[in-house]
Amino acid sequence: MTLSTPLTKQEMAALVARDIEPGSFVNLGIGQPTMVADFLDPAAGVVLHTENGMLNMGPAAPEGEEDWDLTNAGKEPVTELPGAAYFHHADSFAMMRGGHLDVCVLGAFQVSAAGDLANWHTGAVDAIPAVGGAMDLAIGAKSVFVMMSLFAKDGTPKLVPSCSYPLTGVGCVDRVYTEHAVFEIGPEGVVVRETFGTSYDELAERLEVPLIRGASGP
Amino acid sequence: MTKTRFYDSDTGADEAVADVADGSTVLIGGFGLAGMPIELIDALIRQGASGLTVVNNNAGNGDTGLAALLAKGRVRKVICSFPRQKDSWVFDGLYREGKVELELVPQGNLAERMRAAGAGIGAFFCPTGVGTPLAEGKETREIDGRTYVLEYPIRGDVALVGAHRADRMGNLVYRKTARNFGPVMATAATTVIAQVREVVDVGGLDPEAVVTPSIYVDRVVAV
Repeated sequence: MTLSTPLTKQEMAALVARDIEPGSFVNLGIGQPTMVADFLDPAAGVVLHTENGMLNMGPAAPEGEEDWDLTNAGKEPVTELPGAAYFHHADSFAMMRGGHLDVCVLGAFQVSAAGDLANWHTGAVDAIPAVGGAMDLAIGAKSVFVMMSLFAKDGTPKLVPSCSYPLTGVGCVDRVYTEHAVFEIGPEGVVVRETFGTSYDELAERLEVPLIRGASGP
Repeated sequence: MTKTRFYDSDTGADEAVADVADGSTVLIGGFGLAGMPIELIDALIRQGASGLTVVNNNAGNGDTGLAALLAKGRVRKVICSFPRQKDSWVFDGLYREGKVELELVPQGNLAERMRAAGAGIGAFFCPTGVGTPLAEGKETREIDGRTYVLEYPIRGDVALVGAHRADRMGNLVYRKTARNFGPVMATAATTVIAQVREVVDVGGLDPEAVVTPSIYVDRVVAV
């Protein structure tokens, strides 16, 4: 697929949702990846896991119906779907670490060509570090998808030969969704699967990471 | 019939935390405010124990609960996974002034290290954090081709847990995602104090639904 314009955040979320197999157990972390939930087909039976101890989490609670005993990883009030299950934190993270989750979708500051992920700390001396469940998800889920902008605000690429920010996990990222392209990271290197409003050649020019043209395009 | 003590009076929370010593390690349940034992924390603030090491997923929200304990200067060290939030201004200020120490622990390791303490495990090899700054200086081992980091238990002198309901045996049930760290912390401290919204008679909880059996629970306060 090659589009003439970069994807919006909604289009990126829809693309991720399309790539999740029906019936998968999925963790969407916090922030932008949680938008993926809005684009999942209810008939596909994807079960959402939230790190604070729930499977089959439903959408955000309507205003006026918030239950503060029922929140998501971002501590926002949510709902339960029929067939939901609650469990404590050690079980919740055993599910991740034990390889039971099919997919997690995370944001990132940087991803390296080898699939290293940096998404918890800028390393700035005055920054207060916070890691939450990111390291557990990164090494635990069977497939780790990243959703991020391809370039930082200063224009530097976030898909890099090696991460300059402190790592969250080593060699853990399988696929990167950006507004300009989808990249598959595998043993052979970084494969460009699709591009949006740019070309393979333009990406190869702007990124320092060696790229491989995907078999089915672009 | 049971070793669990019940504190039913209006000052029950104060009586239940009366013997918390200065310098204690206090495990405090809750994920943000869900499951946070606010009334027990308020009682601990009135009680005055200081130099505390507090274990919680976060480092306080707004100005209540754990944030209020921090604001009073009673906490020497916070062990948590996610201190920085949009409403963590109390911790942020103390941390930047160097008035509180932070041990940052990946969330699953935080839970599992307490689980290990409660289960009598001496240490465990864990894949989380390998190759990151949070594993620096820690022993590693390759097992079946994968690298693991050695992680040690976190034990509490006291655990303050927010549950939903107790029976007069001291069995606990929780409600929805407010369960979070409560069941794990209840296994990992010398003295476990639970606050609940309701105490029911023995037989009033379905034994199949009990999450924290009474063997772990020392004190129950109805709030």
